[in-house]
Amino acid sequence: MKVLVGVKRVIDYNVQVRVRPDHSDVDLTNTKMAMNPFCEIAVEEALRLKERGVASEIVAVSIGPKAAQEQLRTALALGADRAIHVESENRLDSLEVAQVLARLVAEEQPGLVILGKQAIDSDNNQTGQMLAALTGMGQGTFASRLEVTDGEVRVTREVDGGLRTLALRLPAVITTDLRLNEPRHARLPDIMKAKKKPIDSRGIDTFGLAASGYLRLERVETPAARQGGSKVASVDELVDKLKHEAKVL
Amino acid sequence: MSTLIVVEHRDGALAASTAHVVAAARALGAEVDLLVAGEGIDAVAAAAARLDGVRAVLTADHAVYAYQLAEPMAALIVACVDNYSHLLAAASSSGKDILPRVAALKGVPQISDIIAIEAPDTFKRPIYAGSAIATLSNHAPLKVVSVRTSAFDAVAETGSAEIRALDIVVDNTLSTFVGDELATSRGPELGSARVIVSGGRGLGSGENFKLLDGVAAKLGAAIGASRAAVDAGYASNDLQVGQTGKVVAPDLYIAVGISGAIQHLAGMKDSKVIVAINQDEEAPIFGIADYGLVGDLFEVIPALESRL
Repeated sequence: MKVLVGVKRVIDYNVQVRVRPDHSDVDLTNTKMAMNPFCEIAVEEALRLKERGVASEIVAVSIGPKAAQEQLRTALALGADRAIHVESENRLDSLEVAQVLARLVAEEQPGLVILGKQAIDSDNNQTGQMLAALTGMGQGTFASRLEVTDGEVRVTREVDGGLRTLALRLPAVITTDLRLNEPRHARLPDIMKAKKKPIDSRGIDTFGLAASGYLRLERVETPAARQGGSKVASVDELVDKLKHEAKVL
Repeated sequence: MSTLIVVEHRDGALAASTAHVVAAARALGAEVDLLVAGEGIDAVAAAAARLDGVRAVLTADHAVYAYQLAEPMAALIVACVDNYSHLLAAASSSGKDILPRVAALKGVPQISDIIAIEAPDTFKRPIYAGSAIATLSNHAPLKVVSVRTSAFDAVAETGSAEIRALDIVVDNTLSTFVGDELATSRGPELGSARVIVSGGRGLGSGENFKLLDGVAAKLGAAIGASRAAVDAGYASNDLQVGQTGKVVAPDLYIAVGISGAIQHLAGMKDSKVIVAINQDEEAPIFGIADYGLVGDLFEVIPALESRL
């Protein structure tokens, strides 16, 4: 079974983002970038499926600027067999990304598509569900456990209040949650070898997407800072202040 | 212009989030209808009809909608959303699962997790784990929007909307329900609790984490946890507060042994009053706390419990 796995280039999760002075967007100039943490989990899960003999080939896909090839190289170093880069310098919304992925699904015919549940930049949490809709597949979102058996995948999902397990007919779309696995790191020899693995790069224009212009980013601002920092000296003072000053007890 | 809201429910009870989503829908200024789908949903529909400002409650009662799986729910919503300008749901695990599937089937984008409505087509939402707030306008014929419920006050329950049964049954051959493992709840639900007592890695073990139970019981509080505490196995994952867990905004949030990583702050910084108890006086959590107490948790927590 072929597994298609999505990889997004985003700001490194340890970096504090800055808003541009003109409020047009955030400023990512000279910012450290990395693979989206939920995509790392997606790649790791694909690798484990291959190690268990469930997956036969792993194809990593990234849609983004030329530099997104760095993240695809990381996926190849980790063990993906080949990569597809759809180059787009413009920001795409989740629906547009899902439309591109749907075309690649039609072309590649994977048995399973694994994506991160959300990217830590836009925090949208939409692409996997949209891809499942566009391809007519079932969806297992926020997965914390996967089990592939004959023609179906059992997915345990992290939901409000606990866990829910579904059985999905294959092919299906899975989106990863944090506790699905702990991603490994690439080893240096594998990083060297990955340089020889193929990346099929094509322009977004070859997909013939009609821009809908439905969504417009009007403004980005820094949230109002919370005024904190007051200290109390004792439990008694804390209880007294909560009762008489904050009036929440 | 009119709004359809996808109602969430479990075990015959209407989710508390619904009253918050209705509040957001009313801020759009148009008529509001609710869609309740499931199997055996009379009680849920009746509860939904009591929410203020609702015009009608549409019901779809059939086994295919049991457990509200995304595939049949999306097909149902597509079949009845044509006359609406807006489709809303809570940005809960269920709303996040269903809404984008509907949006894609309708060929329109979605705006996730809104915290404010500027105009019927313009919304504010946090990005980068709340480090920035984006204002977006949506010019699609159907505006699909998920709502961060902690940002909107619930409507009251004095209404009496009409309940109307829909006769729409869809097929689902894609997904089947296997089972739920719901965490045994200790106290009120995290998402709607007035007080939350949250523990972090500073508690040191799952056994020590139970120290919070006494304080929580006295305050009628829900228990929460930082991601570090969940990853260390001190608390179950459904208790996690933060960017990747639950986003909460209670009247009182007591953070115990939590250092205050950005990802945690993103999930609780809109709480009305924040108390931080930590032995490290340099912990970033103190920077946003209204009342910080530096001290040994294992002395402070029992002392706090005895004074409440």
